[in-house]
Amino acid sequence: MSVTTVERSPSHAPTLAGLPLGRAGMWWFLSSEIMVFGGLLGSYVLARLAHGGWQEEMTHLNARIAALNTLVLVTSSLTLVQAHAAADRRDQQAARRFLWATVGLGLLFLCNKAWEYSGEIAHGFTPATSTFWSFYYTMTGLHGLHVAAGIVVTLALAIAAGGPRWPRVRHRVEYAGLYWHFVDVVWIAIFTLVYLIQ
Amino acid sequence: VSEHPDPAGGHSATAEPGARHAGAGPRTYLVVATFLVAITVMEVWVFYIPALARVLVPILLLLSACKFALVAMFYMHLRFDHAWFSYLFVAPLLIATGLAVALLWVFHVFGTTGLPPGGGG
Repeated sequence: MSVTTVERSPSHAPTLAGLPLGRAGMWWFLSSEIMVFGGLLGSYVLARLAHGGWQEEMTHLNARIAALNTLVLVTSSLTLVQAHAAADRRDQQAARRFLWATVGLGLLFLCNKAWEYSGEIAHGFTPATSTFWSFYYTMTGLHGLHVAAGIVVTLALAIAAGGPRWPRVRHRVEYAGLYWHFVDVVWIAIFTLVYLIQ
Repeated sequence: VSEHPDPAGGHSATAEPGARHAGAGPRTYLVVATFLVAITVMEVWVFYIPALARVLVPILLLLSACKFALVAMFYMHLRFDHAWFSYLFVAPLLIATGLAVALLWVFHVFGTTGLPPGGGG
Protein backbone atom coordinates (compact mmCIF):
# COMPACT_ATOMS: atom_id res chain seq x y z
CA MET A 1 0.00 0.00 0.00
CA SER A 2 1.43 3.36 -0.88
CA VAL A 3 0.71 6.62 0.82
CA THR A 4 0.76 9.77 -1.24
CA THR A 5 1.17 13.09 0.47
CA VAL A 6 0.14 16.21 -1.32
CA GLU A 7 -0.08 19.80 -0.19
CA ARG A 8 -3.44 20.95 0.97
CA SER A 9 -5.14 23.68 -0.91
CA PRO A 10 -6.08 26.75 1.14
CA SER A 11 -9.76 25.95 0.99
CA HIS A 12 -9.15 22.52 2.50
CA ALA A 13 -6.65 23.55 5.18
CA PRO A 14 -7.88 22.56 8.65
CA THR A 15 -9.04 25.34 10.92
CA LEU A 16 -9.98 25.71 14.56
CA ALA A 17 -12.88 28.12 15.06
CA GLY A 18 -11.82 29.83 11.87
CA LEU A 19 -8.15 30.03 12.87
CA PRO A 20 -5.44 28.18 10.93
CA LEU A 21 -4.99 24.96 12.90
CA GLY A 22 -1.19 24.69 12.77
CA ARG A 23 -0.62 28.25 13.86
CA ALA A 24 -3.31 28.01 16.57
CA GLY A 25 -1.62 24.88 17.92
CA MET A 26 1.77 26.56 18.00
CA TRP A 27 0.39 29.61 19.79
CA TRP A 28 -1.37 27.37 22.29
CA PHE A 29 1.95 25.67 22.98
CA LEU A 30 3.71 29.04 23.31
CA SER A 31 1.07 30.17 25.82
CA SER A 32 2.04 27.29 28.07
CA GLU A 33 5.69 28.17 27.58
CA ILE A 34 4.99 31.76 28.63
CA MET A 35 3.59 30.44 31.89
CA VAL A 36 6.71 28.31 32.43
CA PHE A 37 9.17 31.15 31.86
CA GLY A 38 6.83 33.75 33.37
CA GLY A 39 6.62 31.73 36.57
CA LEU A 40 10.37 31.25 36.65
CA LEU A 41 11.19 34.91 36.01
CA GLY A 42 8.48 36.03 38.46
CA SER A 43 9.94 33.78 41.15
CA TYR A 44 13.39 35.17 40.41
CA VAL A 45 12.21 38.77 40.80
CA LEU A 46 10.36 37.90 43.99
CA ALA A 47 13.32 36.06 45.53
CA ARG A 48 15.71 38.78 44.46
CA LEU A 49 13.70 41.60 46.01
CA ALA A 50 13.18 39.54 49.15
CA HIS A 51 16.92 38.89 49.48
CA GLY A 52 18.09 42.46 48.99
CA GLY A 53 19.14 42.32 45.37
CA TRP A 54 22.00 39.80 45.16
CA GLN A 55 24.25 42.64 43.94
CA GLU A 56 27.46 40.95 45.06
CA GLU A 57 26.74 37.73 43.19
CA MET A 58 25.65 39.56 40.07
CA THR A 59 28.98 41.37 39.70
CA HIS A 60 30.46 37.99 38.70
CA LEU A 61 28.23 37.74 35.62
CA ASN A 62 29.72 38.61 32.26
CA ALA A 63 27.36 41.18 30.74
CA ARG A 64 29.57 41.56 27.65
CA ILE A 65 29.20 37.92 26.60
CA ALA A 66 25.47 38.16 27.33
CA ALA A 67 25.22 41.28 25.15
CA LEU A 68 27.08 39.49 22.38
CA ASN A 69 24.69 36.55 22.74
CA THR A 70 21.75 38.95 22.54
CA LEU A 71 23.05 40.25 19.22
CA VAL A 72 23.60 36.69 18.02
CA LEU A 73 20.04 35.66 18.92
CA VAL A 74 18.50 38.81 17.44
CA THR A 75 20.41 38.16 14.21
CA SER A 76 19.24 34.54 14.20
CA SER A 77 15.65 35.75 14.53
CA LEU A 78 16.24 37.93 11.49
CA THR A 79 17.65 35.03 9.44
CA LEU A 80 14.74 32.77 10.39
CA VAL A 81 12.08 35.34 9.58
CA GLN A 82 13.87 35.88 6.25
CA ALA A 83 13.75 32.11 5.72
CA HIS A 84 10.00 32.27 6.33
CA ALA A 85 9.66 35.12 3.82
CA ALA A 86 11.75 33.17 1.29
CA ALA A 87 9.62 30.05 1.81
CA ASP A 88 6.52 32.18 1.33
CA ARG A 89 7.76 33.42 -2.04
CA ARG A 90 8.95 29.87 -2.89
CA ASP A 91 12.62 30.74 -3.07
CA GLN A 92 14.01 27.41 -1.91
CA GLN A 93 17.69 28.29 -2.16
CA ALA A 94 17.32 31.48 -0.13
CA ALA A 95 15.20 29.68 2.47
CA ARG A 96 17.88 27.00 2.80
CA ARG A 97 20.65 29.58 3.19
CA PHE A 98 18.76 31.45 5.88
CA LEU A 99 17.87 28.24 7.72
CA TRP A 100 21.51 27.14 7.80
CA ALA A 101 22.52 30.62 8.97
CA THR A 102 20.00 30.31 11.81
CA VAL A 103 21.44 26.92 12.80
CA GLY A 104 24.95 28.39 12.81
CA LEU A 105 23.93 31.38 14.92
CA GLY A 106 22.06 29.12 17.35
CA LEU A 107 25.18 26.99 17.76
CA LEU A 108 27.27 30.12 18.26
CA PHE A 109 24.87 31.19 21.03
CA LEU A 110 25.25 27.83 22.77
CA CYS A 111 29.05 27.91 22.39
CA ASN A 112 29.19 31.36 23.98
CA LYS A 113 26.91 30.17 26.75
CA ALA A 114 29.06 27.08 27.37
CA TRP A 115 32.16 29.27 27.49
CA GLU A 116 30.45 31.59 29.96
CA TYR A 117 29.36 28.63 32.12
CA SER A 118 32.87 27.16 32.13
CA GLY A 119 34.33 30.45 33.38
CA GLU A 120 31.75 30.74 36.14
CA ILE A 121 32.17 27.13 37.24
CA ALA A 122 35.96 27.55 37.19
CA HIS A 123 35.53 30.41 39.66
CA GLY A 124 33.47 28.18 41.93
CA PHE A 125 30.00 29.43 41.03
CA THR A 126 27.83 26.36 40.65
CA PRO A 127 24.07 25.87 41.11
CA ALA A 128 24.78 24.83 44.70
CA THR A 129 26.70 28.02 45.53
CA SER A 130 23.69 30.18 46.43
CA THR A 131 20.05 30.83 45.61
CA PHE A 132 21.07 33.38 42.99
CA TRP A 133 23.31 30.94 41.12
CA SER A 134 20.63 28.28 41.39
CA PHE A 135 18.16 30.65 39.71
CA TYR A 136 20.77 31.72 37.17
CA TYR A 137 21.62 28.20 36.02
CA THR A 138 17.97 27.11 36.03
CA MET A 139 16.77 30.02 33.90
CA THR A 140 19.66 30.18 31.46
CA GLY A 141 19.91 26.37 31.33
CA LEU A 142 16.22 25.94 30.53
CA HIS A 143 16.52 28.66 27.92
CA GLY A 144 19.60 26.95 26.48
CA LEU A 145 17.66 23.69 26.19
CA HIS A 146 14.97 25.56 24.25
CA VAL A 147 17.64 26.99 21.95
CA ALA A 148 19.00 23.46 21.42
CA ALA A 149 15.51 22.18 20.57
CA GLY A 150 15.04 25.06 18.15
CA ILE A 151 18.36 24.23 16.47
CA VAL A 152 17.25 20.60 15.96
CA VAL A 153 13.97 21.70 14.36
CA THR A 154 15.66 24.32 12.17
CA LEU A 155 18.35 21.84 11.17
CA ALA A 156 15.69 19.35 10.07
CA LEU A 157 14.06 22.08 7.96
CA ALA A 158 17.42 23.15 6.51
CA ILE A 159 18.11 19.56 5.45
CA ALA A 160 14.61 19.27 4.01
CA ALA A 161 15.15 22.51 2.10
CA GLY A 162 17.87 20.77 0.12
CA GLY A 163 15.64 17.95 -1.04
CA PRO A 164 12.43 17.10 -2.83
CA ARG A 165 10.34 17.04 0.39
CA TRP A 166 10.52 20.82 0.64
CA PRO A 167 7.13 21.67 -0.91
CA ARG A 168 5.43 19.45 1.66
CA VAL A 169 7.25 20.80 4.72
CA ARG A 170 8.04 24.43 3.96
CA HIS A 171 4.95 25.72 5.81
CA ARG A 172 6.63 24.47 8.98
CA VAL A 173 9.20 27.27 8.71
CA GLU A 174 6.55 29.58 10.12
CA TYR A 175 5.96 27.35 13.15
CA ALA A 176 9.69 26.94 13.75
CA GLY A 177 9.99 30.71 13.45
CA LEU A 178 7.29 31.38 16.04
CA TYR A 179 9.08 29.10 18.48
CA TRP A 180 12.48 30.62 17.76
CA HIS A 181 11.24 34.19 18.18
CA PHE A 182 9.64 33.20 21.46
CA VAL A 183 13.02 31.88 22.62
CA ASP A 184 14.45 35.24 21.53
CA VAL A 185 11.98 37.28 23.61
CA VAL A 186 12.66 35.07 26.64
CA TRP A 187 16.36 35.84 26.28
CA ILE A 188 15.57 39.56 25.98
CA ALA A 189 13.85 39.33 29.38
CA ILE A 190 16.65 37.24 30.94
CA PHE A 191 19.32 39.59 29.60
CA THR A 192 17.68 42.61 31.20
CA LEU A 193 16.54 41.07 34.49
CA VAL A 194 19.55 38.91 35.24
CA TYR A 195 22.54 40.58 33.58
CA LEU A 196 21.80 44.30 33.41
CA ILE A 197 19.61 45.23 36.37
CA GLN A 198 22.06 45.02 39.23
CA VAL B 1 16.20 30.97 -7.52
CA SER B 2 14.89 27.47 -7.21
CA GLU B 3 11.22 26.82 -7.05
CA HIS B 4 9.30 23.63 -6.66
CA PRO B 5 5.89 23.49 -8.19
CA ASP B 6 3.07 22.85 -5.80
CA PRO B 7 1.41 19.50 -6.43
CA ALA B 8 -1.95 20.80 -5.31
CA GLY B 9 -1.84 24.20 -6.89
CA GLY B 10 -0.24 27.40 -5.76
CA HIS B 11 -0.63 28.78 -2.29
CA SER B 12 1.40 30.37 0.44
CA ALA B 13 4.18 28.45 2.13
CA THR B 14 2.14 28.52 5.28
CA ALA B 15 -0.39 26.27 3.56
CA GLU B 16 -3.20 27.90 5.45
CA PRO B 17 -5.89 30.41 4.61
CA GLY B 18 -5.09 34.00 5.37
CA ALA B 19 -1.51 33.03 6.00
CA ARG B 20 0.23 35.86 4.21
CA HIS B 21 1.34 38.71 6.39
CA ALA B 22 0.58 41.86 4.49
CA GLY B 23 2.74 44.76 5.54
CA ALA B 24 5.75 42.72 6.63
CA GLY B 25 8.53 41.79 4.25
CA PRO B 26 12.30 41.32 4.10
CA ARG B 27 12.94 45.04 4.22
CA THR B 28 10.69 45.50 7.26
CA TYR B 29 12.46 42.63 9.01
CA LEU B 30 15.81 44.26 8.32
CA VAL B 31 14.64 47.61 9.72
CA VAL B 32 13.29 45.86 12.84
CA ALA B 33 16.62 44.03 13.28
CA THR B 34 18.46 47.35 13.03
CA PHE B 35 16.27 48.77 15.80
CA LEU B 36 16.82 45.65 17.93
CA VAL B 37 20.58 45.92 17.59
CA ALA B 38 20.48 49.66 18.32
CA ILE B 39 18.39 49.13 21.44
CA THR B 40 20.72 46.37 22.64
CA VAL B 41 23.73 48.65 22.17
CA MET B 42 21.84 51.40 24.03
CA GLU B 43 21.10 49.01 26.91
CA VAL B 44 24.75 48.10 27.31
CA TRP B 45 25.74 51.76 26.96
CA VAL B 46 23.44 53.00 29.75
CA PHE B 47 24.55 50.04 31.88
CA TYR B 48 28.09 51.48 32.01
CA ILE B 49 27.11 55.11 32.73
CA PRO B 50 27.30 55.77 36.50
CA ALA B 51 25.30 59.00 36.20
CA LEU B 52 22.25 57.00 35.09
CA ALA B 53 22.41 54.57 38.01
CA ARG B 54 19.34 56.05 39.70
CA VAL B 55 17.13 55.68 36.65
CA LEU B 56 18.82 52.60 35.23
CA VAL B 57 16.07 50.11 36.12
CA PRO B 58 13.15 51.95 34.45
CA ILE B 59 15.29 52.75 31.39
CA LEU B 60 16.35 49.11 31.00
CA LEU B 61 12.82 47.82 31.52
CA LEU B 62 11.50 50.27 28.94
CA LEU B 63 14.16 49.36 26.37
CA SER B 64 13.60 45.65 27.01
CA ALA B 65 9.84 46.08 26.58
CA CYS B 66 10.47 47.85 23.24
CA LYS B 67 12.58 44.93 22.00
CA PHE B 68 10.03 42.43 23.26
CA ALA B 69 7.21 44.27 21.46
CA LEU B 70 9.17 44.62 18.20
CA VAL B 71 9.91 40.89 18.02
CA ALA B 72 6.33 39.93 18.95
CA MET B 73 4.67 42.38 16.57
CA PHE B 74 6.86 41.97 13.48
CA TYR B 75 8.78 38.69 13.68
CA MET B 76 5.93 36.76 15.30
CA HIS B 77 3.51 38.66 13.06
CA LEU B 78 1.10 39.55 15.86
CA ARG B 79 0.58 42.97 14.34
CA PHE B 80 -0.77 41.45 11.13
CA ASP B 81 -2.27 38.21 12.41
CA HIS B 82 -5.62 37.28 13.86
CA ALA B 83 -6.38 39.03 17.19
CA TRP B 84 -6.88 35.68 18.92
CA PHE B 85 -3.15 34.97 18.66
CA SER B 86 -2.43 38.24 20.45
CA TYR B 87 -4.83 37.21 23.20
CA LEU B 88 -3.09 33.82 23.46
CA PHE B 89 0.20 35.67 23.87
CA VAL B 90 -0.87 38.46 26.20
CA ALA B 91 -3.24 36.52 28.50
CA PRO B 92 -0.59 34.21 30.02
CA LEU B 93 1.79 37.18 30.24
CA LEU B 94 -0.79 39.07 32.31
CA ILE B 95 -1.47 36.00 34.46
CA ALA B 96 2.25 35.47 35.12
CA THR B 97 2.80 39.17 35.85
CA GLY B 98 -0.29 39.35 38.06
CA LEU B 99 0.85 36.28 39.98
CA ALA B 100 4.30 37.79 40.53
CA VAL B 101 2.85 41.11 41.70
CA ALA B 102 0.43 39.31 44.01
CA LEU B 103 3.28 37.31 45.54
CA LEU B 104 5.36 40.46 45.97
CA TRP B 105 2.42 42.00 47.79
CA VAL B 106 1.80 38.97 49.98
CA PHE B 107 5.48 38.71 50.91
CA HIS B 108 5.61 42.36 52.01
CA VAL B 109 8.02 43.50 49.30
CA PHE B 110 5.97 46.67 48.74
CA GLY B 111 6.27 47.59 52.41
CA THR B 112 2.80 46.49 53.37
CA THR B 113 1.67 43.15 54.62
CA GLY B 114 -1.28 42.87 52.28
CA LEU B 115 -2.84 40.83 55.04
CA PRO B 116 -5.32 41.83 57.73
CA PRO B 117 -3.86 42.41 61.22
CA GLY B 118 -2.96 39.08 62.70
CA GLY B 119 -3.63 37.39 59.38
CA GLY B 120 -1.37 35.10 57.43
CA GLY B 121 -0.89 32.62 60.29
